[in-house]
Amino acid sequence: MSQAPRQKVSRSFWIKLGLVPIGMFAFAFALVPLYSVLCDVTGLNGKTNGVSFDPVTEYEVDQNRKVKVDFLAATAAGFPVKFYPKIKNMEVIPGKMYTIKYIAENRSDTVITGQAVPSIAPGVAAQFFKKIECFCFTKQTFQPKDPMEMPVSFIVEPALDKSIANITLSYNFFRIKDAEKVKSSEHTAAKSVQPKSITVTKG
Amino acid sequence: MATTTSDIQDEIDAHGHGAHDDHHHGPAKGLMRWVKTTNHKDIGTLYLWFAFTMLLVGGAMAMVIRAELFQPGLQFVEPQFFNQMTTLHGLIMVFGAIMPAFVGLANWQIPLMIGAKDMALPRMNNWSFWILPFAGSMLLSTLFMEGGGPAFGWTFYAPLSTTFAPASTDFFIFAVHMLGFSSIMGAINVIATIMNMRAPDMKLMDMPLFVWTWLITAFLLIAAMPVLAGAVTMMLTDRNFGTSFFDAAGGGDPVMFQHIFWFFGHPEVYIMILPAFGIVSQIIPTFARKPLFGYSSMVYATASIALLSFVVWAHHMFLTGMPIAGQMYFMYATIMISVPTGVKVFNWVTTMWRGSLTFETPMKWAVAFVILFTIGGFSGLMLGVAPVDIQYHDTYFVVAHFHYVLVSGALFSIIAAVFYWLPKWCGRMYNEKLATIHFWWAIISVNILFFPQHFLGLAGMPRRIPDYSTQFADFNMISSIGGFAFGASFLLLTYIIVTAIRSGEKIEEDRVWESAKGLEWTVATPAPYHTFDEPPKKAQILSESSHIGEH
Repeated sequence: MSQAPRQKVSRSFWIKLGLVPIGMFAFAFALVPLYSVLCDVTGLNGKTNGVSFDPVTEYEVDQNRKVKVDFLAATAAGFPVKFYPKIKNMEVIPGKMYTIKYIAENRSDTVITGQAVPSIAPGVAAQFFKKIECFCFTKQTFQPKDPMEMPVSFIVEPALDKSIANITLSYNFFRIKDAEKVKSSEHTAAKSVQPKSITVTKG
Repeated sequence: MATTTSDIQDEIDAHGHGAHDDHHHGPAKGLMRWVKTTNHKDIGTLYLWFAFTMLLVGGAMAMVIRAELFQPGLQFVEPQFFNQMTTLHGLIMVFGAIMPAFVGLANWQIPLMIGAKDMALPRMNNWSFWILPFAGSMLLSTLFMEGGGPAFGWTFYAPLSTTFAPASTDFFIFAVHMLGFSSIMGAINVIATIMNMRAPDMKLMDMPLFVWTWLITAFLLIAAMPVLAGAVTMMLTDRNFGTSFFDAAGGGDPVMFQHIFWFFGHPEVYIMILPAFGIVSQIIPTFARKPLFGYSSMVYATASIALLSFVVWAHHMFLTGMPIAGQMYFMYATIMISVPTGVKVFNWVTTMWRGSLTFETPMKWAVAFVILFTIGGFSGLMLGVAPVDIQYHDTYFVVAHFHYVLVSGALFSIIAAVFYWLPKWCGRMYNEKLATIHFWWAIISVNILFFPQHFLGLAGMPRRIPDYSTQFADFNMISSIGGFAFGASFLLLTYIIVTAIRSGEKIEEDRVWESAKGLEWTVATPAPYHTFDEPPKKAQILSESSHIGEH
């Protein structure tokens, strides 16, 4: 029924109309980096990466203020390593540096390489939780049946909102299977975290 | 078309005879008529029958769900199969029933209502329909695959739909891609038709509200559906090509899936309700025998709802650990939508106020829509309040809410539209007595079905579970009884529609309803295969305007 339409629909109209869905499809992918940037700026999702610590910063220490920090550990499926913090929690004074230890023991008979991804809850506390030293900065290799002690040094900044009395630091360990997968994931991974990269220096 | 037989319909059709006789031929015969058709009326019919079939399929799934929930404990199906039922019920009803039904109504009515010969791109129109049966069967075929069909809920949150999903998920993804293509092409066609094909003398603000709401819906479709396509594409590459968009192990973020999904998902709910607003705005003035109150405020309200729908998506995600500022923003933005929606409800009520009301079947459904949709709107307001959403989230309260807006909202408006326009399409009247029985049957049973679910949700019963704690037993049994009754009402509806089409009382009147306004009522009854070869004139457009009071 190819009767000519009464009013011609111009080519430019079709092109303009067609560009909208194409543009919105691209926008869906643009949301990935946008989301990362937003999370970097606001600490929305509790990721601590991108927050660098300047060791020369001197903090005013308020001896009377205490914040409770809980330590959690988790391992992803297919990661046969027993992984736990040496202490479950501690009270810290904002501005002072503390060091705690996590233990990891490879229960399998093969060498395993993994990467820990940290997360802070509540998310708004993430940018005030500074890690000076952390096993999560690099990937870790675990020899079979060889328990390892892994230190974390951190400072909770005094600028942390007074209403926050409790912070949770959790790590999730993921297995790195092969170099190829690392490469492909680096291309697509959200920009703020590059857990499989070897050269990440500051959490 | 191969055969160009001139039939009786051409003689009925008074418009534009003479030299253009070669344009006047009826439909081709046989099955190929439907496969190859580019006629907007044929394609509208195809869409509506497809949607009705899918409604029955999705309804059968709902019956399985309600049967399993009739009593606590596991009765009929395995939990895994139950989850497939809830997932596919949602997907089939949203993408297979409600959306195609509205596109079908758009195909039939938009050219008739704006005095156009056909849709702007008839061949693409054919294609957008014929993708649907294939996408639908591909989606349903996953049920028979090893590992079963998708069981992660219609919202398919990652990582449930990526890392932990059955192998058939790739078919689900492809089906969603195809459904998206179909909707986007349909929407482009609607926009091009309305912007370019309407009668030269019809200004934008002369258009009937059904046309206006569909124009705005079409813009929502071309903006939102591609985002869904992007989300499922990311799922596809995460599952098969080693990317990590939603996999924390590779640096991705599963919460980001929810953001992308609901950036599509919230406009989607307005895609399913704006055309319903349009339908009701056509029907109420007809049976109130008054012009629609506040025509231009209706147009602006629809546009505001559409714009707001893009900036409120995270109210579906209050429990993902959003900062207070984010919760506050999304809460207030969400509640703001109730302002334009309230404008609409008040306008419908004001149109009825002191009108010479009669309650033929379409009007019954339209009034039921206004009341029941408003109840769904109120429960939506409650859900939009961030601090209380902590209690309501993922409970049956949410299920009750969206069934009030989608069943007694969107679906009821479609039923109203079919009863309103079917006599024009077929030239035959449905059985008013049976239709009235069906109406009361459906209205009572739908409330027995969904109203108790509010209480279940407030008491804390979670969604998407095949078994539940015994304290929820009574309300679930009531809800299931309502469910079976409501399901059965569709058998009567099928009978009413089929007998109306085949042997209903013949109608001679062009206008069908005594005070109906609109260009669709100026063509012959039944609507000829080709209409508006000559565009209607300005005077006719104005006298057929249901909002003439505003001119």
